[in-house]
Amino acid sequence: MRKDYKLAKRKYVIGGIVLVIACIYIVRLFSLQVLNDEYKQYADGNAFLKKTQYPSRGLIYDRTGKLLVFNQPAYDVMMIVREVKPFDTLDFCRTVGITREQFDKRMEDMKNPRLNPGYSSYTPQTFMTQLSAQDYGRLQEKLYRFPGFFIQNRMLRQYAYPVAANVLGNIREVSPRDIEKDNYYKRGDYTGDLGIERSYETVLRGEKGVEILLRDAHGRIKGRYEDGRYDVAPVSGKNLKLSIDVELQAYGEKLMQNKIGAIVAIEPSTGEILAMVSSPTYDPSMLVGRERGKNYLKLNRDKYKPLYDRALMAAYPPGSTFKPTQGLIFLNEGIITENTLYPCYHGFVSGRLKVGCHGHASPLSLLPALQTSCNAFFCYGLRSMIDNRTKYKSAAEAFNIWKDYLVSMGYGYRLGVDLPGESRGFIPNSSYYNKIYGDNRWSALTIISVAIGQGEVLATPLQIANLSATIANRGYYYTPHLIREIQDTTISAEYTTPKHTMVDKHYYDYVVEGMRMAVTGGTCRVGAIPGIEVCGKTGTAQNPHGKDHSAFMGFAPMNNPKIAIAVYVENAGFGATYGVPIGSLMMEMYLNRKIAPERKYLEERMLQSNTIIYSGVKKH
Amino acid sequence: MESRSTNIWRSIDWVTVVLYLILIFCGWVSIYAASYDFDNASIFDFAERSGKQLMWIGLSLVLAFMILMVDFRVYETYAYLFYGIVMVLLVATIFLAPDIKGSRSWLVLGPVSLQPAEFAKFATALALARSFGTYGFSLKNRRDLFRAVFTIVLPIVLIIAQQETGSALVFVSLIFVLYREGLSGLFLFYGLCAIVYFVVAVKYSSLMWGAVSAGEVLVFVFIFLVVAGMLLFYQKNRKSARYLMWAYLVVAAASGVLLYCEVPVNLLYVCIGTMAATVIYLLVLYFSTRSLRLLTILATAIVSVVFLFSVDYAFNDVLEPHQQKRIKVALGMEEDLRGAGYNVNQSKIAIGSGGFWGKGFLNGTQTKLKYVPEQDTDFIFCTIGEEEGFWGAVGVILLFVTLIFRLMAIGERQHSAFGRVYAYCVVSILFFHLAVNVGMVIGLCPVIGIPLPFFSYGGSSLWGFTILLFVLLRIDASRTERH
Repeated sequence: MRKDYKLAKRKYVIGGIVLVIACIYIVRLFSLQVLNDEYKQYADGNAFLKKTQYPSRGLIYDRTGKLLVFNQPAYDVMMIVREVKPFDTLDFCRTVGITREQFDKRMEDMKNPRLNPGYSSYTPQTFMTQLSAQDYGRLQEKLYRFPGFFIQNRMLRQYAYPVAANVLGNIREVSPRDIEKDNYYKRGDYTGDLGIERSYETVLRGEKGVEILLRDAHGRIKGRYEDGRYDVAPVSGKNLKLSIDVELQAYGEKLMQNKIGAIVAIEPSTGEILAMVSSPTYDPSMLVGRERGKNYLKLNRDKYKPLYDRALMAAYPPGSTFKPTQGLIFLNEGIITENTLYPCYHGFVSGRLKVGCHGHASPLSLLPALQTSCNAFFCYGLRSMIDNRTKYKSAAEAFNIWKDYLVSMGYGYRLGVDLPGESRGFIPNSSYYNKIYGDNRWSALTIISVAIGQGEVLATPLQIANLSATIANRGYYYTPHLIREIQDTTISAEYTTPKHTMVDKHYYDYVVEGMRMAVTGGTCRVGAIPGIEVCGKTGTAQNPHGKDHSAFMGFAPMNNPKIAIAVYVENAGFGATYGVPIGSLMMEMYLNRKIAPERKYLEERMLQSNTIIYSGVKKH
Repeated sequence: MESRSTNIWRSIDWVTVVLYLILIFCGWVSIYAASYDFDNASIFDFAERSGKQLMWIGLSLVLAFMILMVDFRVYETYAYLFYGIVMVLLVATIFLAPDIKGSRSWLVLGPVSLQPAEFAKFATALALARSFGTYGFSLKNRRDLFRAVFTIVLPIVLIIAQQETGSALVFVSLIFVLYREGLSGLFLFYGLCAIVYFVVAVKYSSLMWGAVSAGEVLVFVFIFLVVAGMLLFYQKNRKSARYLMWAYLVVAAASGVLLYCEVPVNLLYVCIGTMAATVIYLLVLYFSTRSLRLLTILATAIVSVVFLFSVDYAFNDVLEPHQQKRIKVALGMEEDLRGAGYNVNQSKIAIGSGGFWGKGFLNGTQTKLKYVPEQDTDFIFCTIGEEEGFWGAVGVILLFVTLIFRLMAIGERQHSAFGRVYAYCVVSILFFHLAVNVGMVIGLCPVIGIPLPFFSYGGSSLWGFTILLFVLLRIDASRTERH
């Protein structure tokens, strides 16, 4: 047969078309399979149901091993949006106890990328949290009718004692900001809020695990991926042992009822906080579960501010509890010796300036001055220091040295306690006064009230307690802390290294002696505990909010002290009326585990009394 | 009998046989992988699709053997008879077939279901080859051309009537056969133009340039290029082509400047005006040179414009909504991940997640978990892409390309037009299936439900291709006997 050679060439055209198409496809495959990574992620999201395994949160014990905080189960309703098929919305709402509007709102919030940055229709999302056991039971039965929904078990906190809410803190659902800051969190997770729960969040929370399940196009679970080879088991949170003595804490809260203020008790030899009371307080279990939001709002609106941890957030004028620091500075700077005498004519008088005092012998030296809490002595002392032009070039230089001493004693800056929200108090420096009065336009007399813990000086109860512990230790302190043990971990070295003040050790003996005298025959007489050598110092702080604050700082026993304490009761009058009784009762309870019969009346009086009526709050 | 049978085994094209065996083996393994269930492990289990496919393969081999045993002259002699029987079957199917997913293409005979459309390919190829083999048959003869076109169009109409548009489109590929046998290359060119016009017009129909659709303007630009190109390459009138291109550039530049100066220019009117000027210019040229090719160019331009203005109508009023969706998805105009786009998206995910080396045999999560619908039939290429990765997918494509080239070589070595035309029919059909099926799976073509030859699960498809291929091998084995 005749062959048409011209037409035969057309096989090249046809072959060419085949090759071109094949090449286009190969290039496309290359871009899909090799260049593009996106599809692999889609595939994972498609086929793997990553079921989060929640670790149990670490438990919290007190120093004696009593369990304070543990876990209780709760149920969250989860959904995978892509797998939700049309269902009876009304029936669903009724089952979980919400209205149709709430349902729509929740769906909207869940899909809102601002409120829920981790939203994806492929992954499980929290629809609602903390179902009651009843609702859980009902929903579990009907769950097959609501494809795409499932129930996830979670742990909530439970508290064995209704105390120490300010110390323990609580847990709450994470906010969008938490999720943004730490990608460990997913919507519906819990995180510590306030207290230990917050500061030890990363230790307590443990590590989430994941179980990888294979899922087909209908969302049915087809089994575990590779028999669980890639599953990650959750790691439980670590248990904490706190330095708190829960009984002492409970006792302190009882003593402080109907009063506004704080107690901080520290073990001087370790810096461990034995009790940290802030009053008024609340039951920590109020902030658990579904009522949390409502209760939180209530506490937040309470005019006595129970959520405000006065023990470390409130900066008060320390009043006379400040005097030991002054004595120590003057001694160490050589302004006075233990024998230096200053006069007291019912106060400190210089020209028209007068700082009042109360009746006692005059002139007097440091020890009796501490014993009687003489204002004049310390005013003279401060004037001798600030106005000493042979030792210091200017008042400013003298004052800055004064300030440095106080900073070395833990004032003016945060101590670094392991709780959030600590206040730094306030110790002025020379430039602060320069700003107010003009450069070098001020002298000792201008600022004389700081010598007796008034004026600009502010301290937190924690700082006052720390001062007490420092004196008890004769010159050093450990940063106060609440942590005693973390399971399988050593605690921060910050809490086990002593910090020495700028004052020489032996000067502390005078101050200790003076504080002892205050208890044996001075302002703190009511604080004497039979059989224990108590040292103390009262404080009565004038303040712009009304009646004076009543304060006390002390430790016991005098030698080898076991407890140092600071008590601060707002608007309660003399330090001796509330501060000393409460402080000494706390120390007695801690050391003797009981109150001596002859001191029962004191306990009774404290429990009965109500100073909240004098608080500035009432008047507004 | 004895002598001819030994003759067959010596002269059969073993390369093709081996390629065929490799392809069906790969297909069988892929079906096992695609329908693999965690609970069910045996590839030979007859309750599973892999087991059934093995049975189809076995029967195909028997069928292939039988085809080889038959005298090659039978196929040419009874070509029209086969064609007639199959056409009757197709007509009968329209009325007898039950409605399965909207299509009436399966004849159910007791436990066995048959899809006559699969066999129509073979019958049409045979009939077409027979026509070309007739002494004196030429496409230049209008009657012969009509006969050839009719042979192809009849099954298309009948299969469309069964609502099997995908299978019907396969026959369009036979245009390659006509081209090989002398049909003007212009028709291939027109086909390409039609596809480009359609894609551009539809894809950019909703992008607006001022008051007019960008799609229409772009198609006009394309038509102008076609006209100028045809003047240059087809009529070889370099001077006129250059004049025309300059004129177009001036118009384009002027429009551009005016638009830049924010003068509102209706680009569509500009295009229509330019087209009118072009037509007049072509007419002037024709009257001065009397070249018939100028009339062809003129007709091309006018038909193109008509085609352009009917695309909208065709797309919106002739195509079914689901077809419109599939086209839009393929053109990337719509995602529609829950509806028409679901298959394609899932299949892209499956293939894309395979990476270069693949996830390994039976380790594909997407296909195992049945994310991809029809994964053991039309979308079987996914399983290969996911589990064997890029090299596996390319390997399969190259196997097919090798087979196609081998078949073209077989076609070219035939002494008779009958053998050559038949071979090119097989090549065209195979190529169309490969291009459309793989293109659909990787998201380059609209979803058209046609199987991947030798891979997709199903007896009819496997048998159809086995018959197509082995009849060719039988004819080829005896190519020297005739003269």
